[in-house]
Amino acid sequence: MVENLSKAFGGVQAVLNVSFALKKGDILGIIGPNGSGKTTLANLTTGFVKPDRGTVRFKARDITGAPPHKIANLGLTRTFQVMRPYHSLSAYKNLIVPLNSPRVRQTRGGKLGDTDAVAIDILEEIGFERDARVPYKIAGSLPLGYLKRLELGRCFALNPEVIICDEIFSGLSMSEITSMIPLLERIQMDGVTLVMIEHRLRELFRLADRVIVMNFGQKIAEGIPQEVMEDPEVKKAYLGRERA
Amino acid sequence: MDRSIKVRTEGLYALSSWTEMLYLILPRALLIVGLLTLPLLLDMYWQRVLCAAGIYALLALGFDLLAEYVGLVCLGGAFFIGSGGYISGLLNAHLGWSALFCIPIATLGGAIFSTLVLIPALRLRGIYFAIISFMFPMFARYIIIALSIFGGTEGISALGTLPNVWTEIYLILVVVIIALFAIRRLVNEDIGLILRGIKDNDQAVKASGINITSYKIKAVFIASLLGSFGGAYLSHLYGWLGISLFAMDFSILPIAASVMGGMGTLAGPVLGAFALTPLSEALRGFGQLRVVIYCFILIGFIVYKPEGLLNYFQRKYHQFELWETV
Repeated sequence: MVENLSKAFGGVQAVLNVSFALKKGDILGIIGPNGSGKTTLANLTTGFVKPDRGTVRFKARDITGAPPHKIANLGLTRTFQVMRPYHSLSAYKNLIVPLNSPRVRQTRGGKLGDTDAVAIDILEEIGFERDARVPYKIAGSLPLGYLKRLELGRCFALNPEVIICDEIFSGLSMSEITSMIPLLERIQMDGVTLVMIEHRLRELFRLADRVIVMNFGQKIAEGIPQEVMEDPEVKKAYLGRERA
Repeated sequence: MDRSIKVRTEGLYALSSWTEMLYLILPRALLIVGLLTLPLLLDMYWQRVLCAAGIYALLALGFDLLAEYVGLVCLGGAFFIGSGGYISGLLNAHLGWSALFCIPIATLGGAIFSTLVLIPALRLRGIYFAIISFMFPMFARYIIIALSIFGGTEGISALGTLPNVWTEIYLILVVVIIALFAIRRLVNEDIGLILRGIKDNDQAVKASGINITSYKIKAVFIASLLGSFGGAYLSHLYGWLGISLFAMDFSILPIAASVMGGMGTLAGPVLGAFALTPLSEALRGFGQLRVVIYCFILIGFIVYKPEGLLNYFQRKYHQFELWETV
């Protein structure tokens, strides 16, 4: 799906010749130390940043450099590491935005009907209690755990085929993560392919089928989680060189 | 009860009693009736001022919509006025069409023209958009002066006017009222929510598969419709068009009106315009000192009542509801 993708910001080579493929229904993990180019990779794939070289193909279609909203309408969307709710709108109204996208209009067959009701149904699916006050609260006042879910919900509302989750576990407590994992599994079982950029390795390894390791903008390893962690390159990237 | 039902029926609780209904209707009715009876109490001079206030109210409404609901701080009010005014005036002067026919055409034409001109600037946000949009009225002025087209610096006079003074005054007031309620509704519809989403966070809107530029264009078009109508109306109110249609006042006063009335309330900026325009008229006797007094009033509002008049009144009004007599 992604071939030889490169991007430099000034003199910094953020991503260099990274290629990977994604199978439908997979959960792919992307790990690597801070600044290794994971988020840039997500930005390049979803059209937020245009690559210098390389191609991105999605469903046999070349989407390299296409604008983000076009890519999202094809079914490839993402969450943001720094959460981006519409903070002046209530939680369920946050979902009205994706529900008005051309993609949702198409897949739901023209008329959407009552978008409020659909939004609340989706919020319930991603773990907002229907009978509590949370879905109606202003998004700016929601606690972190709900914001992460809302971020996911905004993607899920789009009825996507691939969601790239940028550090969806970061900043969450252990119990919040444990409740998030089944949610991600359910989304995957709905036929959505997940790409997870993560620092929480243990939790990621419970979910991921395959893992890519990045360091200084390059892919240094790929494989099933256990294999990858045994790789000497990966150990070096995370722990530094062994002293003689 | 199912919460999704509750959300959808939230507005219905008011229908449970007459007092509740009255409570909700009163401020709205007060505004409508107040605006519509005001001309009957004023003499010719102040009626004219009221007409001008109506134009500023439309501009302020457009400014508030763009600034608070889309995140575009637009200082191009004068450009909307100018485009509308010139199109309407020129149609009237050269083709001899009547004012009542020219105004709607110019409203649409001026809005399309100013939206097209602003499209390249739409990728900018906040203060950057403000600077660019502030330039366009000046561009237009200097182009007209340099090429001496459309009457050059003299302008074109003896344009057709509206049939009588009552048509003049009620046309603008009715348009202001309709525009106010229409836009208040618009911002709570799905399109309004998307626009507010763009203001809060345009990246996330993009990731939701929505083309933000096309929505920004729609919003600018709506705001420029209001301004262009104001301009078209203005040229026929005075029977004259000239480069002062691109005057800075049309870009600046709406901001002052919005600050005074309460940013983001929509009704606030309208009220602000109806308060500020007569005020600046009344201060005319002070000559140049008028601007100083005017500034003091603004600074006073920013320092002591940054929420604006409407938010203040609204809060007091809702406190009144909670007041129980023992």
